[in-house]
Amino acid sequence: MNEQITLEGLACPMPLPHGEQIVLGHGSGGKLSRDLIAKLFLPPFDNPILRAGDDAGVVNFDLTRLAISTDSHVVAPLFFPGGDIGKLAVCGTVNDLAMLGATPRYLTAGFILEEGLEISVLERVVDSMREAAQEARVQIIAGDTKVVQRGKADSLYINTAGVGEIACDVHISGANARAGDVVILSGTMGDHGIAVLSARGDLDFEANVVSDVAPLNHLVAAMLETGARIHVLRDPTRGGVATTLNEIAQQSNIGIVLHEDALPIQPAVAAACEMLGFDPLYVANEGKLIAIVARDDAEKILRVMRAARYGENAAIIGHVSNEPRGRVLMKTSIGSTRVVDVLMGEMLPRIC
Amino acid sequence: MKYITEYRDAKLVHGVLEEIRRTVTRPWTLMEICGGQTHAIVRHGIDQLLPREVELVHGPGCPVCVTPLELIDKALAIASRPDVIFTSYGDMLRVPGSGRDLFSIRANGGDVRVVYSPLDAVKIAQQNPDKQVVFFAIGFETTAPANAMSVVQAKALGVKNFSILVSHVCVPPAMHAILSSSVNRVQGFLAAGHVNAVMGYWEYPPLAEKYHVPIVVTGFEPLDIAQGILVAVQMLEQGRVGVENAYARAVTRDGNLPAQQVIDQVFELCDRKWRGIGTIPLSGWRLRPAYAEFDAESRFDVSNIETNESPLCIAGQILQGLKKPHDCSAFGTLCTPEHPLGATMVSSEGACAAYYKYGRHMILEN
Repeated sequence: MNEQITLEGLACPMPLPHGEQIVLGHGSGGKLSRDLIAKLFLPPFDNPILRAGDDAGVVNFDLTRLAISTDSHVVAPLFFPGGDIGKLAVCGTVNDLAMLGATPRYLTAGFILEEGLEISVLERVVDSMREAAQEARVQIIAGDTKVVQRGKADSLYINTAGVGEIACDVHISGANARAGDVVILSGTMGDHGIAVLSARGDLDFEANVVSDVAPLNHLVAAMLETGARIHVLRDPTRGGVATTLNEIAQQSNIGIVLHEDALPIQPAVAAACEMLGFDPLYVANEGKLIAIVARDDAEKILRVMRAARYGENAAIIGHVSNEPRGRVLMKTSIGSTRVVDVLMGEMLPRIC
Repeated sequence: MKYITEYRDAKLVHGVLEEIRRTVTRPWTLMEICGGQTHAIVRHGIDQLLPREVELVHGPGCPVCVTPLELIDKALAIASRPDVIFTSYGDMLRVPGSGRDLFSIRANGGDVRVVYSPLDAVKIAQQNPDKQVVFFAIGFETTAPANAMSVVQAKALGVKNFSILVSHVCVPPAMHAILSSSVNRVQGFLAAGHVNAVMGYWEYPPLAEKYHVPIVVTGFEPLDIAQGILVAVQMLEQGRVGVENAYARAVTRDGNLPAQQVIDQVFELCDRKWRGIGTIPLSGWRLRPAYAEFDAESRFDVSNIETNESPLCIAGQILQGLKKPHDCSAFGTLCTPEHPLGATMVSSEGACAAYYKYGRHMILEN
């Protein structure tokens, strides 16, 4: 190899922007999902309630304010450590309502079943829904069932919709974060995503991690009871803590600064993420909430959260700043600063 | 996490950074070879903490970025076939071929699966005897042993419906290409520690001698990277040429001999085209004739592939360390991770993607 090599000035190709076809990334909760909503769903349905962009829509009926939300659930495998699709379907909608400070009251449930699904599997899922609804103290008051040909769906999909009541003095929205506020995370990051990935088995790794799927409405009720100034509540599901915080930063037009050292994470989740090349900030949670609260009330709220079920590991993970508006920064453990962006499409394991 | 937390210890990292500051007297340009190191440097913001004199440029060590377009188009053609289950490392799905990527192949009904190890692909072949299972065997010396082992295993188990699409590349010829270029500005290398864990570093002293550069075997955690930079700066300041190992907890001079043996058993050296750089003689591996039956390129007729590159991207110059991602007029505007123009924006290890993900705000502010 003694000759000098001529280095070509090569260029690279323009790929499909995935604007013409749905790819899995459109369902990842990241930027592709958000763009799909902003460009395809929002314009034809546009109204002020939808445009608010929170986890549930808020409507006024005379003196009552209602939160209304809906959520569809597809997960493989149907059963995973810590939960199953039924528990997920109830908790998902209960939590979306709770994130507006609402008390969830009623749910509906729609089932799409694949021909050939064993009745005993459906029974287990429904029993799990009953149990979750009981814990959340909501009633499932209407439902629907459709069966599709074998191969046209993957076992079982569930859609739930829910209604909750919002007390007149509660005003929580992703748009309410203010500079000086404190960002609290109710527990460890990424447990659900890693538990499901491990249970799925197609990456052939096993992590001893249990999904955090849980109804958070009682935790939220306890937080509201303190009378503390809670400005934002959001559950960081698909797309993880990073994507959810970016949404809040844009909705509220403020900046958020995280402290890497303060982020709660289980060692097993951290290890699985290291191995697969995932950043736990982007891994899904199903039983965690982000609360953005007035600085003076932070300690009070934190005490109540830590004493409540599902809030034992709550921690302050950052604060709200004026700048840079609409963006999330992180002070790293070694003292540098970097941007924390939204999840782009599908989360993929790295090669090495 | 043991063996990770201690190498991210802020105090220790700052101790080494302080030592770099004390040592450096003039500007030096170092290249980290490996995309994993680029990712770590930007993720932890190590470049922000270095003295102004030390500039890091990002090397061609992202296997996803340098896989040639022809091979990706061949992969897309094979993956589209109804009789094929196409398996790949995760981030190859995002890499654009001429107008399509593996995501769109999947959206159109192709059976494309992400595997963590090529041995999983062999298992899939055993479980699906009526399908052809193809693994996209890309990467540097790090992935080569496992990729080679998949073929050895398939042969031993008599798995006939398994084949691999090979696009392996080797690090030392790329270093040679960069150093011999008339526009080279790299004065020292941080060698890719994971590659050295497999291959050792016995290949490097002749390179260091020939081009009068220090080469420092470097790890991937902040403390490892800072230590690698310190050793390189010390050598440059002292005018010392040669190879040093700053990643001794994982790397020996001879490397992992059984891994090297399996590579040698299955692969032989060949000329290889690098996306963004061009053809580098004897810089890649292909299957030896004894394993030709496992070559997906001959199993499927993919010889008539026409490729089509976009003229906007400066990925080639970035991969050679001539330019930084934000030197590109398309960076962050026309070219983003969701609409990448080039491979460096596509892979999570690509320099552009790392800059975008972790540094865009700072770059715009400056």
